[in-house]
Amino acid sequence: MTKQTDVVAAPAPADVVAAVHKQLGERVTVDDGGALVVGPSNLIDVVRALRDDHGLDYLANLTAVDWLDRFEVVYHLCSSAGGAPIVLKTTTDRANPRVPSLFGIYPGADFQEREVYDMFGIRFAGHPNLKRILMWEGFAGWPLRKDWREAYFEQEHKPLTSRWPDGQFFFGEDKLTDWGSNTKLPPAYTGAEIGRPKPQEGQYVVDIDALRRGTSFGSDRLVVNMGPQHPSTHGVFQMRLVLDGETVVDLEPVMGYMHRNHEKIGERNLWLGNMPFTDRLDYIAQLGSEWGYALCVERMMGLEVPERAEYIRVIMAELNRIQSHFWSIGFLLNDLGAFFTPSLYAIEEREIVLDLFEMATGSRLMCNYMRFGGVAYDLPDAFMPLVNVLVNERMERAIDEIDAYLTNNEIVMERMKGVGVLTPELAIAYSTSGPVLRGSGVAYDVRRADPYGIYDRFDWNVVTANEGDVYARYAVRIGEMRESLKILRQALPQMPAGEILGGKKAWQVRVPAGEHYARVENPRGELGYYCVSDGKANPYRYHVRSPCFVNLTSLAEMCKGYKVADVVAILGSIDIVLGEVDR
Amino acid sequence: MSVTILSPDDILTPDQLADGKTGEMGFVTTTLAKGVNWARANSVWPALFGLACCAIEMMHSQMARNDMSRFGMELMRASPRQSDLIIVAGRLSRKMAPVIRRIYDQMPEPKWVISMGDCASCGGIFNNYALVQGVDEVIPVDVYVAGCPPRPEALMYGIMKLHEKIQAEGMDSWRDRKGGLGIQVGS
Repeated sequence: MTKQTDVVAAPAPADVVAAVHKQLGERVTVDDGGALVVGPSNLIDVVRALRDDHGLDYLANLTAVDWLDRFEVVYHLCSSAGGAPIVLKTTTDRANPRVPSLFGIYPGADFQEREVYDMFGIRFAGHPNLKRILMWEGFAGWPLRKDWREAYFEQEHKPLTSRWPDGQFFFGEDKLTDWGSNTKLPPAYTGAEIGRPKPQEGQYVVDIDALRRGTSFGSDRLVVNMGPQHPSTHGVFQMRLVLDGETVVDLEPVMGYMHRNHEKIGERNLWLGNMPFTDRLDYIAQLGSEWGYALCVERMMGLEVPERAEYIRVIMAELNRIQSHFWSIGFLLNDLGAFFTPSLYAIEEREIVLDLFEMATGSRLMCNYMRFGGVAYDLPDAFMPLVNVLVNERMERAIDEIDAYLTNNEIVMERMKGVGVLTPELAIAYSTSGPVLRGSGVAYDVRRADPYGIYDRFDWNVVTANEGDVYARYAVRIGEMRESLKILRQALPQMPAGEILGGKKAWQVRVPAGEHYARVENPRGELGYYCVSDGKANPYRYHVRSPCFVNLTSLAEMCKGYKVADVVAILGSIDIVLGEVDR
Repeated sequence: MSVTILSPDDILTPDQLADGKTGEMGFVTTTLAKGVNWARANSVWPALFGLACCAIEMMHSQMARNDMSRFGMELMRASPRQSDLIIVAGRLSRKMAPVIRRIYDQMPEPKWVISMGDCASCGGIFNNYALVQGVDEVIPVDVYVAGCPPRPEALMYGIMKLHEKIQAEGMDSWRDRKGGLGIQVGS
């Protein structure tokens, strides 16, 4: 049922920018970096023109930069047919930051705007549900503003004189608040309502009196909280389901239970110091995350990557994709009720790939392998024979086995077919990416749409499926594993000898002032890094466009009308990794 | 002093040998605490609770290669009310702190906590405002496992250390052991 397609190249961003400038005239200007700049009052018109007249139907990324005298909201728009993204910027003052919401044009802006509001305090006029998403409601301050000081690192807002005011040792249970110590709460805030959501008065609560009187024969709506501790949420993720009987009427994802503000840490670190942190974003596909960051900084610095390093990167990233898809298929079946049997077989293969990672990088999970301009170490001698056996013999058999037992299994089909359907139009509008987008029949793969590395040298196909349901996403993953094997079979024999790290070896890199948005196709979708450099030792702005986070925007749309048990399957098919959702 | 080594043949009749599970072979003496702790240590059921990267290694330690069930603890319970052990596998954010405290309070006594990995033990590399700097700020920890993330072998070593600890302790609850009152979560 999957099909394989080639993507047609779209016009270059510079041409689109010129055409837009010509059409819209004075309402937009073009800045030095080739970005379109528009005032907040014209934003909606311009974006609508970009979408309708210039084919930029996909909002890839939305974030903001604090320039201390103003806020700059940055949009990266591209076409679902492929091509590099167009940068669109709008500015707003810091005293009363207010920008119109793009929710009506791109529903995929929903969570991304909420994130910007949460981190910068920029209000998006017209957003239907503008509230904090990563921090809790009632948290004081806007963490990613440059003048917001972190407790214990920067003096201004340090809540205690010492980190251990009563000496370093104490029994945890003796001196606890609900939040632990070491936190700053707004004045008069007790935290009493946090973590204990109450159903809204009269809206969803069962009217017990009406039931007793026997006057109510219609079904009432109930709010059910799934998570944050729930075996099927793949980590600490909460869904508030509004149920009519067992049917989902509405759903609100609640996240941030693992938020550590990766971006704030990233702006504190040196450029290279961020590399190990990227591993901990998507900890099932670590090397892909590293590649994205390395790619972004390399493009900003203008570094060349040696041939051998490019091949090593492709090999690592594709092995990564295979093991990650093994993992997600195993756990999707877990969610469907095949408790641990498929995952036991799938993870057996993953263990072998992790052995290879350990051999090459020194670590099973947190590889810290990529460097700006190459990779950290060359492959050991024992690597090639093992990876050849794996790629040419074992993996194919393992995929066949999973395929044979699961793909045509009656129960699997019954549970997955026709469940969680997302149409291609909605998939694009919600900015989904990866298997979710391709499962809806949109042949959009960053490796093909906006090529990076050396993927253009290999013969491989973008796998899509048209149904848009859970089964289609599963089928796309199976197909992608085979395509990854195809790439590996071509890359392994071609790999040249030579340098693995271009440029001068240095602990500290100098990144010229500027900005760049680089994206890679991670197993879960389009992983983007938006870095802004002011020429200093650490990034001025460091933003991660997380595929899982944006894919979750479409979760409510997919779940409406299905049963609670289907929600579990749909969430499993999106395959979220909470480290990346919450950052 | 001479020592006589007796084989089972010398003291048991052939019938008794053939039917060795009748319970008539003799008896064992121990203290109640030791007996109870032996039983507790060998059937520790962990909560099915994962936070971050370490949870991946925790799952790996249950999978075919490492197979934690060798130690009588493969039975991960999705409900805290059925579990004895919570393995805090990963970073604990301030938003999650009340939740984990509630999960811990929902577990029946006796209960134990393993803090898996650097983030859970001391905040690890994520030393900032959003994270609790060590899960022991919120719940009492019995065993800390270092590593970022710890390998499955390290987790299993930590679990075996916990078994040793359980077998060595009395039958008191942690409140008695540590003289703390705990906190009341929820109404």
